[in-house]
Amino acid sequence: MQCQECDKTATFHITELAGGKPQEVHLCEDHAREYLSHGQEEQPAAPTLAGVLAHQLAIGQTAEDLARLDKRTCPMCGISFYEFRDKGRFGCPHDYVCFADELEALLANIHGETKHVGKCPQHSATDSAKQTELIRLRREMKNAISAENYERASTLRDEIRQIEAEVGEKQKTDRAGEEGGE
Amino acid sequence: MDLDKLTSRSGEWLRGAGPESDIVISSRIRLARNLADYPFISRATELDRAEIEKILWEALTATSEPGELFYFDVNKLGGLDRQLLVERQLISREHAESEGARGVAIDSGERTSLMINEEDHLRIQVMHSGLDLEKAWQRINDLDDRLESKVTYAFDTRLGYLTACPTNVGTGMRVSVMLHLPALVLTRQIEKVFRSLHKISLAVRGLYGEGSQAMGDFYQISNQITLGSTEEALIKQVADVVPELIKYERKARDFLMKEGHENLHDRVSRAYGILSTAQTISSEETMHLLSSVRMGVQLGLLTDVALPTVNELFICTQPAHLQKISGVELDTADRNKARATLLRRYLSRHDNETSAEHN
Repeated sequence: MQCQECDKTATFHITELAGGKPQEVHLCEDHAREYLSHGQEEQPAAPTLAGVLAHQLAIGQTAEDLARLDKRTCPMCGISFYEFRDKGRFGCPHDYVCFADELEALLANIHGETKHVGKCPQHSATDSAKQTELIRLRREMKNAISAENYERASTLRDEIRQIEAEVGEKQKTDRAGEEGGE
Repeated sequence: MDLDKLTSRSGEWLRGAGPESDIVISSRIRLARNLADYPFISRATELDRAEIEKILWEALTATSEPGELFYFDVNKLGGLDRQLLVERQLISREHAESEGARGVAIDSGERTSLMINEEDHLRIQVMHSGLDLEKAWQRINDLDDRLESKVTYAFDTRLGYLTACPTNVGTGMRVSVMLHLPALVLTRQIEKVFRSLHKISLAVRGLYGEGSQAMGDFYQISNQITLGSTEEALIKQVADVVPELIKYERKARDFLMKEGHENLHDRVSRAYGILSTAQTISSEETMHLLSSVRMGVQLGLLTDVALPTVNELFICTQPAHLQKISGVELDTADRNKARATLLRRYLSRHDNETSAEHN
């Protein structure tokens, strides 16, 4: 086969993966080297989460808006929006609810989609509000202990135990029911 | 399971078996999961971490056969043992290097590893030799189902499985295939291949994941997106591109054999010569040369060494493995000497003897 660019024999047969369907290019060694070195400049690194977020927040937000947003904290785990965008990691499952508006655009940016269509647990959370509540109560209990407010800590501990028992009990009956029904 | 004994075998990922195993080293799927009633790791107290570890290990014990899984308290393991698990692809570097209550459950075949308290509460990983994503998915899906009958995962009907980092939300799934692509590197086509992969939202990483260099011409191809596609579709996206990459690598090897036979033969012979006679050698140089030797053996240019031996050398010349085999901790200079000694010992053995030992 002849090189597409000159009269020499094509020894390189390159298939382009990009674009719609694969495309064959046939070249001699010299032209292949030239072809392959095109656009050889360093590929820009994949955008980091913090980068994407910073860029997105900069659009349509004043500095005051951003400062206010940064101070907002999750009532369950206590993480601030600033901490999230600084570290790129959430503090608890409730953050997905708490920062839902900001997240929508971020998820679209990262994934190109905002809705899950994959696998779902067979046993969905029995009472997700109560489970998230446990995250808050445990944190408050720890704070109460640090502040040596043992009375408050003890009340919180009882509350935690009660919810844990309720959730556990409900989980058991729900799952037993499902299994029995199969 | 005795960690010290692991050094005497190749582990699942370098077993060199399975479909297309001349080019596809391993197929791996991981799922990120979190408990609904605990904060994510960044906000978890030491007490939270201990409780998460206990809940998950109990769930694992209750849903697996007795003796199926071995648990390692990573927090209590020595640095060398942690590094050994990283080199065997059973835990991430982050998991080895972080602090606080954390662990890993591993099955005896080293196909399954479950990291507790990594970036997420639970990271399930299933790894198969060669190109075998279908089986890896069946196994991990089943493991996930069984665990989920005991614990409640953080899950939202709209966003799917909730993860510490929004880049993993949805399926929480990363599908990756590790390939050995020395001919594409030699013919300078590799960059081009990567650019094409980036365009279809696939990520390319080196041997030990994020940020690691492509040591020994090993590359991992994986999905970047986790939300808005089904698990099957994400697997298909990676699975579809692998045969193309295999085809290019084979074409590049054919080209080198036809057009540059003498050069290639010289290159692999020199690589073998250095590996079998060097007195001191770094890990990087070893990986680089072993890569040439591996290709040389596969193309029939080298007959002095068997493929299983080459695969085994990739892993047992890694720093922690080398120190475990030597039985003492060694500094870099001593490791380089010990590595050269080990290579000479392995490569001076007669090939028949070598293959017999591995059968």
